[in-house]
Amino acid sequence: MDFPILSLMLLVPLVAGIACLFLSAPTARMVALVATLIDLALGVLLWVNYDIGGAQWQFTERAELFAVFDYALGIDGIALMLIMLSVFLMPICILASWQGITRRVGEYMAAFLFMELLMIGVFAAQDMFLFYIFFEAGLIPMYLIIGVWGGDNRIYASYKFFLYTLLGSVLMLIAMLWMVNVAGTSSIPVLMQYDFAPSAQTWLWLAFFASFAVKMPMWPVHTWLPDAHVQAPTAGSVILAGVLLKLGGYGFIRFSLPMFPEASAQFLWLVFALSMIAVIYTSLVALVQHDMKKLIAYSSVAHMAIVTAGLFAFNVQGLEGAMVMMLSHGLVSGALFLCVGVIYDRLHTREIDRYGGLAINMPRYALFFLFFTMASIGLPGTSGFVAEFLALAGVYQVSTWATLVLTTGIILGAAYMLYLYRRVAFGVQKNADAAAMSDLSLREWVMLGPIAAAVLWMGVYPESFLAPMRADIAALDARLARAAPEGDSRPQVGTPRAHEANYIEGAHGAAAGASEGAH
Amino acid sequence: MDYAASFYIIAPELILTGAALVLLLFAAWMRDAAKLATVVAITALFGATFWTGHLLLDPSFEMGADAFGGLYRMDDFGSVAKLLIYLATIACLVLTPRYFERRGAYRAEYPVLLLLNAVGMGMMVSAVDLMTLYIGLELSSLSSYVLAAFLRDDTKSSEAGLKYFILGALASGIILYGMSLVYGFSGTTQYVGIRIAFADGLSTGALFGVVFVLAGLAFKIAAVPFHMWTPDVYEGAPTPVTAFFASAPKVAAVAMLVRMAIDAFGAQVEAWQQIVIFAAMASIVVGALGAIGQENLKRVLAYSSINNVGFILIGLATATPSGVSAVLVYLTIYVAMTIGAFAAVLMLRDRDGEQLETFTDIAGLSTVRPALAWGVLLLMFSLAGIPPLFGFWGKFVVFQAAVQADMIVLAAIGIAASVIGAFYYLKFVKVMFFDDPVREAETQSPVGHWVVLGICVLIVSPLGYLLTPWLGAVADSAAAALFTIV
Repeated sequence: MDFPILSLMLLVPLVAGIACLFLSAPTARMVALVATLIDLALGVLLWVNYDIGGAQWQFTERAELFAVFDYALGIDGIALMLIMLSVFLMPICILASWQGITRRVGEYMAAFLFMELLMIGVFAAQDMFLFYIFFEAGLIPMYLIIGVWGGDNRIYASYKFFLYTLLGSVLMLIAMLWMVNVAGTSSIPVLMQYDFAPSAQTWLWLAFFASFAVKMPMWPVHTWLPDAHVQAPTAGSVILAGVLLKLGGYGFIRFSLPMFPEASAQFLWLVFALSMIAVIYTSLVALVQHDMKKLIAYSSVAHMAIVTAGLFAFNVQGLEGAMVMMLSHGLVSGALFLCVGVIYDRLHTREIDRYGGLAINMPRYALFFLFFTMASIGLPGTSGFVAEFLALAGVYQVSTWATLVLTTGIILGAAYMLYLYRRVAFGVQKNADAAAMSDLSLREWVMLGPIAAAVLWMGVYPESFLAPMRADIAALDARLARAAPEGDSRPQVGTPRAHEANYIEGAHGAAAGASEGAH
Repeated sequence: MDYAASFYIIAPELILTGAALVLLLFAAWMRDAAKLATVVAITALFGATFWTGHLLLDPSFEMGADAFGGLYRMDDFGSVAKLLIYLATIACLVLTPRYFERRGAYRAEYPVLLLLNAVGMGMMVSAVDLMTLYIGLELSSLSSYVLAAFLRDDTKSSEAGLKYFILGALASGIILYGMSLVYGFSGTTQYVGIRIAFADGLSTGALFGVVFVLAGLAFKIAAVPFHMWTPDVYEGAPTPVTAFFASAPKVAAVAMLVRMAIDAFGAQVEAWQQIVIFAAMASIVVGALGAIGQENLKRVLAYSSINNVGFILIGLATATPSGVSAVLVYLTIYVAMTIGAFAAVLMLRDRDGEQLETFTDIAGLSTVRPALAWGVLLLMFSLAGIPPLFGFWGKFVVFQAAVQADMIVLAAIGIAASVIGAFYYLKFVKVMFFDDPVREAETQSPVGHWVVLGICVLIVSPLGYLLTPWLGAVADSAAAALFTIV
């Protein structure tokens, strides 16, 4: 396809963002909404035209604009899904800020549009330095979003967010420079096939790990996340949880695993240990939170730990599970932050105790909140179930103990989410002002409805989302095979069935009744 | 000796010297000649710029040329440095008059001193003989001392001038002593001769000479541990003068140091490499840490310049052509960022025309002067080296050179320390965008300031990356010029 659709997806938010800086508040809102919807439409176009089973890298573009590195874009199935997640959440973020943001609206919308540009750029970049530029540049708009439109303690949170993530990332740049110096190219597809010496891989892996672990965030470098989430405005939290946290997982799947397979296997224990601690520890911390946003922030850390464990399972299930978990968590935690935002807009507090019995006066809201709570827990039928099941099935093949701990974390997850829901939506209406809140407005329906539909779709028919990624994950699995660790579960391969699981006897008219008893 | 050819090569210096001397006469006889003198000085500087550009592009000078029997060398390296110096000086001249006019202190001597300074700087970067070098250095330094004390009735300015003079004289003495040792042990003052004489190793005395010269030069570029004068002088000197100190003389001193290290002492890289590595590391760390507690914007920018010199020295420490090329790229971007930052500081005045010089003064600026605040935001993120701003590219090429030279530990420590620096650059953004206004800033700024700020912001914006192929090619050829001499 010759049409530069990826560049166009970058250009639309850029132009709209610059325009927003000069526009009045109502116009800026409209421009931002229209621009993000155009990008969503382009994203759908991208998905429709994506040739499943075709070339690994599609929609490639290349221009030699700069010294040392190229302007090279292109996506595989993994990047496609994450770009879809970004463009899907973006209009919802704009809608979420429609009334909540009244100060400096133009600049706010511009910051979000630049954010969208950078997120698409990160996932579409095919040059390592271009990737780094997009990856790091995201700090600037997020810093401003937290600092200008955030809560009371926003300055501390914005500094912590910025410096923490910057410190994590800079060593990665040195590692990248070294890699390019040795391999002689900065093209990501080429580097993904390049075999670095195992001794060098150790250091390179650690440098990349420092960056992605902070972004992810993994325990113990997760502490910036609760602060940033709590202080950011609602839409900021959605983007942070929905897309920015995915940069870490994307980094692992794009860089750490394919480029340093031996080192990844070498540090398997580290990743698993940190993931296990994170799941248990942050779930326990989430149990005792009084601030709704903080609780959801800690639950994000726990969910991300399942992503890291799944990624480092070195098998197809684990990788697929991690990817679905990222998509699912992007939708679900984004929606949960929106749910918090809905009641925050009415009462201006995130204190759980100030609410109670919302199911009585806000039944529709309570329904949505319940649905997303269930999705977060991983109820079958929602995307969370598919994600957790696949990821843990993958981890089980490598380490049964890790699976045991991670599953315990999921039980704890059910505990804190249900506890949260009980305190907010059920029980008596303790406070008159909370009891007087009105139910969802049309705007809020439009925000939450599509996410709920997507969560349900991903839970009932995940094949739509897995199909584009299948070939890429298989390629990654093949690349990792040489370093794959031996698992402790030792599953026995049974005798395969004659037919697939969904094979319907008699559908082809052959010997229907006779073989029925054989099964 | 062919004088015509020599004069042709040193024409930029001749233009500037002529203009300075004529203006000096004017200033002596004419009253209120300041405006006219500024215009003439800018014209002369543009003339010198064009001539330098012509020499740079002229294919017949591709290999450079010597003037006056090897006292002065014109090559791509010197020409690129001079272009930067002249353009920075022009920008400073544009920014200057308004600051002094409010105090009625603007006189025609100012552009004259700046012109003489430019002549000295041009000689510094072109000198291939210790004597030429020293004359250029002193011409530049002496006019700098006077400039620092230009506000005669202001005690801070006088103090800055005196402090700068005393410490500068000390540094000059150290350089002279080092030069005499180098001369004594090599038997020549020419770089080529020194290189040949030191090719087989350094005796202890010669090593002392090299170290003394480098120490003196470290003072001139304000590298740690010879940086103590910088914050005081930068704060005390009139702001346009500070803008000048932080840009053009910095370029000249760094270029002079690079030429001397690579050419004269190029056969003994091990002798100075450790010193440069130490100075680089110390400058990055001290520059970053020192700025944290500062309240005065000029002091912060002073520490910022120390910090930036550290990154520049990493390029020199590699002692490779790509390292020198990185130094030039970094210098170019640094000049744009520094001039832009000082242009913004000069535009910060309250309703009565009083300069706003502290963080408290600029609180909430983004609500009063959004365009200015966004400009400063871009400059500060650029200084912090955050992509996609162009300041990142400077750090990128420097670290790339270090990695290519297998100095990975140096690069890793340097880049980790750059995060400390990000802390105080962020403070600008935090104060301007997150805090509430305290003082009312004036709402209008003159066109000249906007033009300078606009050009600088355009360069540091992501558009700057489109310059990278061209900038890289020019810097590479300039760096190659230093290494082909031998």
